[in-house]
Amino acid sequence: MTLIQAQAKGEVTIRDLTKSFTIDGQTLTVLKKINLDIRGGESLAIVGASGSGKTTLLRILAGLEEPDAGGVLIDGAPVHGLGRERSVIFQEPRLLPWLTVLGNVAFGLEVQGEPKSEAAERARHYIRLVGLGEFEGAWPRQLSGGMAQRVGIARALTVQPEILLLDEPLGALDAMTKMTMQEELNRIWAEEKVTLVLVTHDLEEAIFLADRVLVLPKAKGGAIRLIDIDLPRPRDRNDPAFVRYRRQLMSEFGLH
Amino acid sequence: MTYQISNESVRAQRGPDIRVALIRTGRTTRRLTADYGLLIAFFAGWQIASTAGWLNPAVFPPIDRVASALWTGLSSGALVDDIAISLQRAGIAFAAAVGIGIPLGLFMGQIRAVERALDPILQLFRQTSALALYPVFILLLGLGEASKVFVIFWATLFPILLATIGGVKEVDPKLIEMARTFGANRLTTFRRVVLPASVPSIFVGLRLSATTALLLLIAAEMIGANKGVGFQVMNAQYNFRIPLMFAAIFLLAFLGLAANWVLVVLQRRLCRWSTAHH
Repeated sequence: MTLIQAQAKGEVTIRDLTKSFTIDGQTLTVLKKINLDIRGGESLAIVGASGSGKTTLLRILAGLEEPDAGGVLIDGAPVHGLGRERSVIFQEPRLLPWLTVLGNVAFGLEVQGEPKSEAAERARHYIRLVGLGEFEGAWPRQLSGGMAQRVGIARALTVQPEILLLDEPLGALDAMTKMTMQEELNRIWAEEKVTLVLVTHDLEEAIFLADRVLVLPKAKGGAIRLIDIDLPRPRDRNDPAFVRYRRQLMSEFGLH
Repeated sequence: MTYQISNESVRAQRGPDIRVALIRTGRTTRRLTADYGLLIAFFAGWQIASTAGWLNPAVFPPIDRVASALWTGLSSGALVDDIAISLQRAGIAFAAAVGIGIPLGLFMGQIRAVERALDPILQLFRQTSALALYPVFILLLGLGEASKVFVIFWATLFPILLATIGGVKEVDPKLIEMARTFGANRLTTFRRVVLPASVPSIFVGLRLSATTALLLLIAAEMIGANKGVGFQVMNAQYNFRIPLMFAAIFLLAFLGLAANWVLVVLQRRLCRWSTAHH
C-alpha cells in the first residue's frame, strides 16, 4: 500500500516556500519557509485564518504566482508557472457566458489543442459525472450557483489533471447546496484518483473531504500543523468522531 | 363541466369559434395600439390638422401628399438614385470605420501603454465636431466624394474605436486567468476570451456609429452635393416642393431605422447567450 502510494502520480513537495507582497511600499510576508509533502492521490485541506496565506499557497501551487524563495516539486521535478498536470477550480465558476455548458467544459481541452469532436465527447462524460447530463446545451446565465460550479468542476476534470487545486470552491454557495457538493466532490475524488488540494475556511468541509488538514500558522514562520482525519468514507457529519475532529480544529483557532 | 364538454363538441363540429378569432384579433389590435398607437395618432393628427387648415399646408402638407410624392419619387427612380448614392457614401465610410476602428481598438485595448499614450489625443478628436472639420477636409480633398466619405468616416470611427477599446479593457481578468490555467497562450486567450467578451460593447459602438453616419451624411450632402437624399431635402425646399422634402426626410428616418434593425438582428445572432439586446 505504502509502495503504491509512493509511486502514485500527483505528488507535491514544497520546500522552504516564502512569498511576500509589497503594498504601498510596505512588504508583507504572507508565507514563510513552508515545508510540506503531499502524497499522490491524497486529499489535503488547507485551513487558516484570513491573511494566513492559504490562497497564496494554492496560487503558487497552480503556478499563478511565483514564490520569492524556495520551490515546488511535482513528482520530483521542479515546477515553474502553469502546467497541464494541474487544474484549478476557483471560488467563482468563471464560466464563459457565450459558451454553453458543453462549450465551457470542452474549453480547457480545446485550448490544449484537442480536436473539437474528441473534446466534446470527453466533456460530455464529465458533464454526466457532475450530474448535468440534461443541461449541456444550457447557457451559464440559466444555471444556479451550484450548477455553475459543477460546470467549473467538470471543466477542470476534463483535462484529466493529476492534481486538482480548489480555492474555496463552495464558499459562495448556500448551506444545503454546499453539503450536496461536498458529497459530490468526495465521490469525484474517489473516482478520478487525483491529488486534491482544497483551500477552505469551512472546517467541517475540511474534515468531510480531507485525508489530512493543514493548519497554516497565523504568526509567519510558525510551525504548520497537520491533522490526520482517520474516518471511513463517506463521512458522517454527525458521527461523534467527526464532531471531535471539529472541536479539535476549532480549538486550533481558539474557537469553541 | 358537462356544459363545457358539450360546448367543446359543438365547437369542434362548426370549426373554429368565431368568438375566439375575434378575441385574437382584438388582442393583436390592442398590442399594436399599445406599441404604435401614438405614432399612428401623430400621423392622423398631422393629416387632419393639415387638411382642416390648422397647420399651414404649405409648410406641413397632408400626409397623403407626402406619401404620393414618396411613391412618385421611388417609382420614377429619381429618389432611388439618391438613395443609392447616399448609401454608397455612408456605406464606404462606415465600412472603413469598422475595418479600421475594430482592429485598432482591439489592439489598443490589449496594450495599456499604447492606450494610455493615445487616449488624450483620441478624446480631443472625439470632442471635435466632425462637421467643424468638414471645411478642412474640403480644403484637403476637394468638394467631391472623397471629402464627404471622409467626414462620415471621421465621425463614425471614434464611437467604434472607443467602444472596442472599452470592451477589451472591461473583460473580466478572472476569465483570462482561467484560460491561462488551461495553458492558453496570448493569442488563444485573445481569440477565445477577449474577442467574444468584447462583442456586446463593439455593437454599442456600431449602432452609435450607424446613427452618426446618417447624420453626417445629410450634413455633407446639404453642402455642395448634387445628388443624395440629403441633397434632395435641401433641393426640394429651394424649389418649394414641400411634399418631396418631407418624403426625403421620411426616407432618411427609414434608412436610420433599417440600419439599426440590421445591427440589432446581427447582434441577436452573435450574442444569443446574452439577454440584453437593446
